[in-house]
Amino acid sequence: MKKKTFAIFVGPSVFMMVLFIAAPLLSIFWLSVHVTQPVYEQVEVETCTPGLLGSVCTTELKTRPLLDESGRILTQTTFVGLQSYRNVIEPEKLRSAIANGSWRELMNIRFWSALRFTLVFTILTLPLVLGTGLLIALAVNNTLQRIKGPVIFVSLLPFIITPVIGALSIRWLFIGDGILTAGLEWWLDRDIAMFAQAWTIELMMYMYRVWHVAPFAFVVFYAGLQTVNNDAVEAAIIDGATRWQRLRYVIIPHLMPLVIFLTLIHLMDAYRVFEEIVGFSASAYVISLQWLTYEFLLQDGTGARAISRASASAILTMIGVAVLLGLPLRRVWRERKGS
Amino acid sequence: MKPRHILLAGAMAMSASMAFADCTNTVPVKTISNAFPAYEIMTGVMAGCGNVESELDKDHRLKIVDAFSANPSLYSMTSLTNSTSVPMIDADLLRPLDDLIAAHGSDLNPNQFIEIDGKTMAVAAFANTQHLMYREDILSDLGIAVPTTWDEYIAAAEKIQAAGVVDYPIGHYMKDGWNLAFVFVNHYLGEGGEFFNADWTPSINNEKGVAVLERMAKLAPLMDPEYLVSDTTFVTKQMQQGKIAMANLWASRAGAVNDPAESTVAGKVVMAAGLRGAERIASTIWWDGWAIAKNISDEEAAAAMKLIVASMAEDVIQANNDDAIWLAKGFVPGAAAKGAFDTAAGDAVPYPMNKYIGSMHSALGSGLAAFMTGDKDAATTLADIEAAYVSDAKEKGLLK
Repeated sequence: MKKKTFAIFVGPSVFMMVLFIAAPLLSIFWLSVHVTQPVYEQVEVETCTPGLLGSVCTTELKTRPLLDESGRILTQTTFVGLQSYRNVIEPEKLRSAIANGSWRELMNIRFWSALRFTLVFTILTLPLVLGTGLLIALAVNNTLQRIKGPVIFVSLLPFIITPVIGALSIRWLFIGDGILTAGLEWWLDRDIAMFAQAWTIELMMYMYRVWHVAPFAFVVFYAGLQTVNNDAVEAAIIDGATRWQRLRYVIIPHLMPLVIFLTLIHLMDAYRVFEEIVGFSASAYVISLQWLTYEFLLQDGTGARAISRASASAILTMIGVAVLLGLPLRRVWRERKGS
Repeated sequence: MKPRHILLAGAMAMSASMAFADCTNTVPVKTISNAFPAYEIMTGVMAGCGNVESELDKDHRLKIVDAFSANPSLYSMTSLTNSTSVPMIDADLLRPLDDLIAAHGSDLNPNQFIEIDGKTMAVAAFANTQHLMYREDILSDLGIAVPTTWDEYIAAAEKIQAAGVVDYPIGHYMKDGWNLAFVFVNHYLGEGGEFFNADWTPSINNEKGVAVLERMAKLAPLMDPEYLVSDTTFVTKQMQQGKIAMANLWASRAGAVNDPAESTVAGKVVMAAGLRGAERIASTIWWDGWAIAKNISDEEAAAAMKLIVASMAEDVIQANNDDAIWLAKGFVPGAAAKGAFDTAAGDAVPYPMNKYIGSMHSALGSGLAAFMTGDKDAATTLADIEAAYVSDAKEKGLLK
């Protein structure tokens, strides 16, 4: 291809990547090493507020931000280097936890406990999603042609539902005396509180994520199954291969590129786990890295947000995704070079 | 946007518009407010005047600063409290109301005005606090005296638990985040604690802080084990469904727990003063009202002011007397208001109106759950919260 033609084809895509990916990333990095604060003044203010039994007036020294001519809060921005990163990962506590060899102490640091959950969530759900997706694909592939359409549609439903809505509806099945909790209580004849300890909430979150994304794996695998070389399968049958052997030695190797593709997508998605924490109100027990970022971004009673720490936490999340994707990507790279 | 509430407001508007029809509004007005009965009533009346779109949202405080910073503002007016007024006034997003009150507000009570340096920035509609609500029938059956302190409350709850007459003796708004932090704030004030040193560095890691955490740990086994996801609405429902016998709850829910339309225990719940800590009543006094955006046209602001006045007209207050501790004319304190008045007449203090408590409240909100779940002991929890407050306040420029 001529250089010019290549540039014309690739140009728009590069432009979009710079505009929507590189530029925001750079700006977040910039935010993470700077802190923007309002300029405060101390003023004496008389405040009268209604009490229940009559107005109460007080005069107090208050900290108030200065406003500029256009009426906006005057701010100043300073370079703080990696201070916000330190505030997020709390290296002193980390060092002390490692020195004491105390897992409990480590899990008491918000960032590290969030990282623990995020990693476990990502790695545990991966094989379940791939396995469930493949099972559904094989099952659908073997159903009667007549009912294939409806079966595919039903299998896809969980993926179509908006994640937060899906998580909330499952939460309502279990919370308090939700219908499923009540059912379990009746069946096991004991009091059950699904939202009263970390492990049940975590379990629900894993189940929910597998339920929600397995259909995506199913669709991809189902498409892959349509391209399996029938001659190879028939040859295997003639050679006396069992159903399992056919799956293990013919079909799965054929689907391997799809497995890698799904792994990459899942690692990226699951590492950013957030909807589950919101949907299952899990924040008292377990939090994820995305939740941590969100918490920094939440306005406190002063109307301020911890933008710098939120950016630092977002950059750290991105680094985590990059590291995680490194392994499967290296494999793909090697295979490319080998072939 | 909460469609359910808009529908509700609309439905109320239909009934309200017939009763209070003297407030025709022609200018489009948008309101945002907290979501509980008093606001449902007021926005219902406003909707009856015409051209009003209301959004009722428990998390409205997270939206209003940004929404009112826009020009024009995304809402004409918002509900406001001691706490939410701080960022709004700091960022100069509210319109001084003195001229509008002079023109349209002759029906308002002067003690409804929130004045800052002589300028009226908001009009309060009702006062709010947290006080004891208890099932009269259960306490008298078991021969338990009405508790006045938290220690008596815990002892009474243990007796009720032993008798096994309800699912759980008490309910409490201990949802992780703002609610859980609020419980600590109230109790710490009740112990006579000071949150800050003179230079605004934190001072909660002390005997009083530990005493509060120990009390919170004692409350836990007396509640539904899912208390870390239970907010005020959840506790109100527990009370209405007869699942709990006592709660220290927001006064704004006193009407609902005895409302025969929603509650299975209507008439059995009695209100009493907020419970005492070691030093004073461990409740805070709040005001709740309306403020108008700065970045809207004068015409829209005038319409908003007229709607505010209409929403707290004497006949509205009389018709909904028990749904709030109204500050507007026409309110006759009844049985529902007794708890709130006893709390105010006691020594409960207002929720602090400053920036530092905002940062502290957030640090408490994300740090306390680890103690309740047993991951941290009391001293570690408080030390970590102090550290979180310092790094937060430093990043936000509040501490050097």
